[in-house]
Amino acid sequence: MDLGLSLDTSLLLVALVPFLAAFVAPFVHRFIRPVSGWILALVPGGIFLYLLGFVEPIVSGGTISAGLDWIPSYDIRLSFFVDGLSLLFALTISGIGALVVLYSGAYLKGHPHQGRFFGFILAFMGAMLGLVLSDSLLALFTFWELTSITSFLLIGFDHGRQAARRGAIQALVITNIGGMFLLAGGILIHQIAGSWDLSAVRGMGEVLRGSGLYGAVLVCILGGAFTKSAQFPLHFWLPNAMEAPTPVSAFLHSATMVQAGVYLLARMSPSLGGTEAWTLTLTIIGGVTLLWGALGSLRQTDLKQILAQSTIASLGLLVLLIGLGTEASIAAMAVYFLAHALYKAGLFMVAGAVDHETGTRDITTLRGLADKMPVTFIGAGLAALSMIGLPLTIGYFAKEEMYLGLIGGQWETALALIVLVLGNALLAGVALLVLIRPFLGDLAPTPKPPHEAPIAMLAGPILLGAGGIVAGLLPDWVGHDVLVPAASAVLGETVKSHLSLAIDLTSPLLWLSALTWALGILFYRQADTMRTLLRRFEQGLGWTADTVFDAVMFGLIRFAGAVTRFFHHGQLEFYLTVVFAGLALAVFGPMFAFGGFDWLVPAADLGDWSKRLVLPGLQPYEWGIILLAVLGLVAVLIAGTRLVAILSLGAQGTALAMIFLLFGAPDLAFTQFMVEILSVVILALVMTRLRLDERDHRPFEDWARDGTLAIVCGAGVSLLLMLVLTGTLDTRLSDFFTQTSVPIAHGHNIVNVILVDYRGFDTLGEISVVMGAGIAILALLRRRKAPLPPRSADPTEPNHRVTEAEA
Amino acid sequence: MNTIIFRTIAPLIVATMLVFSVYVCLRGHNEPGGGFIGGLIGAAAIGVFGMASGVATVRQALRVDPMAIAGFGVFLAGFTGVLSLFTASPFMTSIWLYLPIGETTIPLSTPLFFDIGVYCVVFGTISAIALALESDREEEL
Repeated sequence: MDLGLSLDTSLLLVALVPFLAAFVAPFVHRFIRPVSGWILALVPGGIFLYLLGFVEPIVSGGTISAGLDWIPSYDIRLSFFVDGLSLLFALTISGIGALVVLYSGAYLKGHPHQGRFFGFILAFMGAMLGLVLSDSLLALFTFWELTSITSFLLIGFDHGRQAARRGAIQALVITNIGGMFLLAGGILIHQIAGSWDLSAVRGMGEVLRGSGLYGAVLVCILGGAFTKSAQFPLHFWLPNAMEAPTPVSAFLHSATMVQAGVYLLARMSPSLGGTEAWTLTLTIIGGVTLLWGALGSLRQTDLKQILAQSTIASLGLLVLLIGLGTEASIAAMAVYFLAHALYKAGLFMVAGAVDHETGTRDITTLRGLADKMPVTFIGAGLAALSMIGLPLTIGYFAKEEMYLGLIGGQWETALALIVLVLGNALLAGVALLVLIRPFLGDLAPTPKPPHEAPIAMLAGPILLGAGGIVAGLLPDWVGHDVLVPAASAVLGETVKSHLSLAIDLTSPLLWLSALTWALGILFYRQADTMRTLLRRFEQGLGWTADTVFDAVMFGLIRFAGAVTRFFHHGQLEFYLTVVFAGLALAVFGPMFAFGGFDWLVPAADLGDWSKRLVLPGLQPYEWGIILLAVLGLVAVLIAGTRLVAILSLGAQGTALAMIFLLFGAPDLAFTQFMVEILSVVILALVMTRLRLDERDHRPFEDWARDGTLAIVCGAGVSLLLMLVLTGTLDTRLSDFFTQTSVPIAHGHNIVNVILVDYRGFDTLGEISVVMGAGIAILALLRRRKAPLPPRSADPTEPNHRVTEAEA
Repeated sequence: MNTIIFRTIAPLIVATMLVFSVYVCLRGHNEPGGGFIGGLIGAAAIGVFGMASGVATVRQALRVDPMAIAGFGVFLAGFTGVLSLFTASPFMTSIWLYLPIGETTIPLSTPLFFDIGVYCVVFGTISAIALALESDREEEL
């Protein structure tokens, strides 16, 4: 496995290679179009195989960490950490990722943007792998936000449809709010624990729980996890995210994206867990989400929506298990995560295959597809068996393990047990619904004649379903290689596995399972009645979290509009008045406050102006230039038309440029010349474009107001400059530049050397601003023209009018 | 601006100004000049050209959208800064290369290319604005 790279580099590559692959994916796809799915699936597949090499050291109790310096001055490292928990997640992500890439090669065959899609999904996978492998809280946050952004791109992939855009924006808004919570939580943890590293924070649970900020940290971390993992009442973005192409749903809603919140909770449970607040919040929210999602699932008729709602239920189940925090429930969490990822990804792929080959996903119209799509049916069957939790599947272990920790406890645990049994039974009913309704019975007509899906679309469901069964046949392996390392990583102590194939008829666990199945069958048989009841309930409720979201977003836009209209009302004159009044204040305020006037004109000299005002000894041509500047100024003031005023202003500026030239600032003079010329040209153009009057008509009040402001500002700036000149200039900076310009920057023109070398970073910022301003100006000019096209779009229309008028 | 004299002389002026703008830009490190002022002169030339020959002609002669030139300028300036990372020095540390050609030595440096980036930004942005203002209503901006 070792490619001769150091561990640091190779672990870093696991998170970065998908991004590189994402970058080249569109080009690869262009050249090998028919097989691009097979080739690109090698990337996640390779990562999966590479990560398998870590199983051995991790199972024997070790951890692996690696890292690179990122921002050493702030002690921030791009550090990675592999333990049982992160390895379980990383293997699931890369394994399912490979199958999803393969699947989407066939599912989106012939789609014009398939290459782009591969890029998005690989980048998403890289973000997800980085998230679960990160040791640094900041790196975790960065990858967390990257998953939000890439999932936004994936959900909105069909950007032509309004529903897809809405789903994408909703997911982005909700998960980004969570991301902000996570960032705040991470910073708080760093403040308390003094380290960014999760591996270090894990050992400081006492410190964190004892801190006065514990409540704030808890709110932030839970806020992050609950938004990402779609917990009630923030669950509504998940069903809307079903607007994504099915391979995206299969990936995002089985092992990735929504599981990031579960991962965060599991990761944080040694440092934050165990308190009453933690246990209560997680169990209550998780339990409510479980039941809400499972009932919501029965309400739907669209296969994908059914699965989406059942994902919400499963997420609630996982959160509930983490909240309980006992050895058995954490072990159940690890096994259930794997079981759910395997069967949910498989079922989504089945739903996609059914949709792809029949043209509909509605379980009320689909019937008897088993004959036409036998392999798909087998895939669906394997997954559904695991979802129901029948013996010999991994789902069975997960369920047994859940119940194990809750038998014979207080009334709280009994309540949790009831919720779990009900939730599992509802999910079993959903599994039966998904398996039996579309596939068994007599064949019903569908929009497209049904036929078997291509092999690339069957590989996923079959392999994942078989994986669920194989794992169910190998309890020792699941216990030793999955349950123990992951649960030990969460609990911080070695856990013992007690999974076994043996069925003990005296065990209450078996009877609880039997009860679950019986209830599941009951729910399946009553599915239609329940759907009607649930729909009636929802209609009675009148509003959902979804409508609340819309109302909030709409209100936000309205509020932003109101604020904008208040500050940005479009009266240019008023803006300028405010700006220049502000300038006058900024200049005169400090001058008054710090006694600048006394400095400039000492009281003793007040009576004797001639002492202060001395004519400088200038050459005649220098007087000439100053005269030119004054003349230009006077001409601006008395100019009859705007054009003359613009030209006079240019002449005045040119005279100023000549003054710069005479007093040793050729660069400044040069630039001033060009600026003056261009200003005259552009002002003249703007004037013709705006169709201003030739003359400037202003009422006397405006004229007086503008004149006063101008005089005040001008006088203020002049006084300020005179004040500056009375002091001694600090020449340390200019001395430094004069001395070092040639030896270290190899340039004689100090102004230019400062611009491109000493302060190059500033210049880079400035030119970016120049370009940004240019784009804004072009946009404004275009906008002015925008109302025109509707008239000119139909060129015949004006002609008609002309002819009519002539007639 | 449709006088014969202007239209005849304009191309000459424009050509001179463009060459001069490049000259001013390149000599900027040691003599008065630099990318900013060079870009302004170049943009003024484009403005003059647009007045004399019409915006469509200028756009055709430029071949590239002026805003694309500006974007390239920002990229070039940023890129020269990144180069120093490969020499294990901080961002934007200048790198100098003395290239002997015949008897003379041509000093090449990242600040030079940075300045060319500045030239492109100023030239592109101001030209784009000038052309947009000059273009007539029916013309595409």
